[in-house]
Amino acid sequence: MVDRILGRPGSTDAPAATLADPKEAVWARVQLARNLRRPRTLELVGLIGDEFVELHGDRLFGDDPAMVGGLARIAGRRVVVIGQQKGAETEDNIRRNFGMPHPEGYRKAMRLMELAERLRIPVVTFIDVPGAHPGPESEERGIAEAIARSIALMSRLRTPIVAVITGEGGSGGALAIAVGDVVIALENSVYSVISPEGCASILWRTPDEAPTAALAMKMTAPDQARLGVVDIVVPEPDGGAQADHHETAVRLKAVIVEQLEALERRPLDELVEARYRRYRSIGPFSVAAIAEGPPPPERPGLADRLRTFIGGRPALPNPVPGRSRDEPPAREEV
Amino acid sequence: MPLKLPSFRQRKDVYPADLWTKCPSCEEQLFNKQLDKALRVCPNCGHHFRLSAAARIEQLVDEGTFQERDAGLQSEDPLGFVDQKAYPDRVAAAQLATGMRDAAAWGTATVAGRAVALCVMDFGFMGGSMGAVVGEKVTRAAEAALEARIPLIVVSASGGARMQEGTLALMQLAKTVAATERLRTAGVPFISIMSDPTTGGVFASFAALGDVNLAEPNALIGFAGARVAAGTIGGELPDGFQRAEFLYRHGFVDRIVHRSELRAEVAALVAFLQPAGTPGAEEPSDTASVPAFRPLSFLSALADRVIPDDDSSERPAGAPGERGRG
Repeated sequence: MVDRILGRPGSTDAPAATLADPKEAVWARVQLARNLRRPRTLELVGLIGDEFVELHGDRLFGDDPAMVGGLARIAGRRVVVIGQQKGAETEDNIRRNFGMPHPEGYRKAMRLMELAERLRIPVVTFIDVPGAHPGPESEERGIAEAIARSIALMSRLRTPIVAVITGEGGSGGALAIAVGDVVIALENSVYSVISPEGCASILWRTPDEAPTAALAMKMTAPDQARLGVVDIVVPEPDGGAQADHHETAVRLKAVIVEQLEALERRPLDELVEARYRRYRSIGPFSVAAIAEGPPPPERPGLADRLRTFIGGRPALPNPVPGRSRDEPPAREEV
Repeated sequence: MPLKLPSFRQRKDVYPADLWTKCPSCEEQLFNKQLDKALRVCPNCGHHFRLSAAARIEQLVDEGTFQERDAGLQSEDPLGFVDQKAYPDRVAAAQLATGMRDAAAWGTATVAGRAVALCVMDFGFMGGSMGAVVGEKVTRAAEAALEARIPLIVVSASGGARMQEGTLALMQLAKTVAATERLRTAGVPFISIMSDPTTGGVFASFAALGDVNLAEPNALIGFAGARVAAGTIGGELPDGFQRAEFLYRHGFVDRIVHRSELRAEVAALVAFLQPAGTPGAEEPSDTASVPAFRPLSFLSALADRVIPDDDSSERPAGAPGERGRG
């Protein structure tokens, strides 16, 4: 676990593009996204923004160091910035809980979003999270409710939202602050419904198949752009974002400012409706041809009519044949 | 020559092969027929067995009122996902096993005469996992509820988002939640019923956001897998961790309702939670004159049912279940 979070920087030196095996190429990307030296939210805000005032606390329980936020000025325009924060080295990482927010983190994020809405300030979020904290205290305080509530708030927030995936986009913990009008991703970031290790443990029955799962889930930023989950992929400097923080910030800033400008020109009603439509339309399905509407009133069989006449219950379809439903669920760690 | 009399008993093939089910909780051998009669709750220990979508619908709404909609929606394979089996093969196998096209069904129905939009998930179909089809059905149910201004009821039974659809499944969290949030803004009530299990991405989206959250006793409800949660503390998890009672204690579930009382509870809630401005939202004015506390109210309620009453205007006038069809 710690190895995974620390990102094993030694194994990520080979640039993704030069690897022939697609599985290894994807896994190298995952390692890059987890790289310890990658620029974090506070650092990016420092490099992108002209000024930044961090705000603390969710007003309900406490302040979560794994989620940071505050008021910033980017290229002269006011924004509210929210993002997960991993630590730079072990001690810092422990304090920041390896960037895995508790419910209070998401409630702090919501509080700041509501502030942004009241003051008509756009929101910029930075997503870099292995997943929301999965421990018992997180469940006690309602991590699922906090995530759901945050998604709900973002889906109707009356101010522009730019979401930027900078590292790991780990499932619900990422999506909770990633519902945006536009979703930007750094080239070597990843976005997935479950960690590759978790997916492999469930579907391959061993976490060792994580690279296979990573490939199957199409979790790299370019793949996510092809799926329509991510809108813009921002190329990283040679060697990855960790090699040149400044250049990464410059490239990100240009895209963020451009998007903010475009979004701020749009009427709010239209903006919120377009955001709803954006998510409403994600997820392909087909429609099999079957008769819609009510089935034709069928004449019950003689046996059924007699049974009804006598007062018994009409024959019912067997509710649950077998016992497959009563096996313990294969748990999923969203 | 023996006379062959017509039999009124159900034919044997309705219960193929296994007539008995062993209760996983108390290990009692239960006769399937009796188990069904008891709404698939163990008469011995009260263990709530999981229900198919069809059985759940039958137990919850007025008989014969459920009109399924969008039954033809079918999953695609957007990622070309293959684990130990190809995703389309898994879907096909689940379709064969359950007779459903995907893990949810939605439609309109009435509960004690009042129209509702109902979406029911089925754990038997790939763990009730939410991909694009389940997300679409929940969303369409919510949108139909919004349009008709009738309460939305979603019965969850799911391990979470469907991994085989990757982030497209994750985006269903946003899609469904955005739709239920519109209900909330418009003042249309949403009742979330969590059955065993309601975990992962389904719990972390619409299931947690009901105006009223109901749960079945001892249902597993949680965000992360218990193994993962245990790993973070490196020790024992608290007793009853992630069970309905745990959620109730921590304030995320309004009521834990035994299956035998679920229909009545939902009916009462639907009667209370009519959207503002709907005919039937207000009780008839004569109730204002009776004292608030009526110990024998159930008798008068019974009388109301037995004795026909001219003033039946409190029921929603719009024909339930007929809106938006065609």
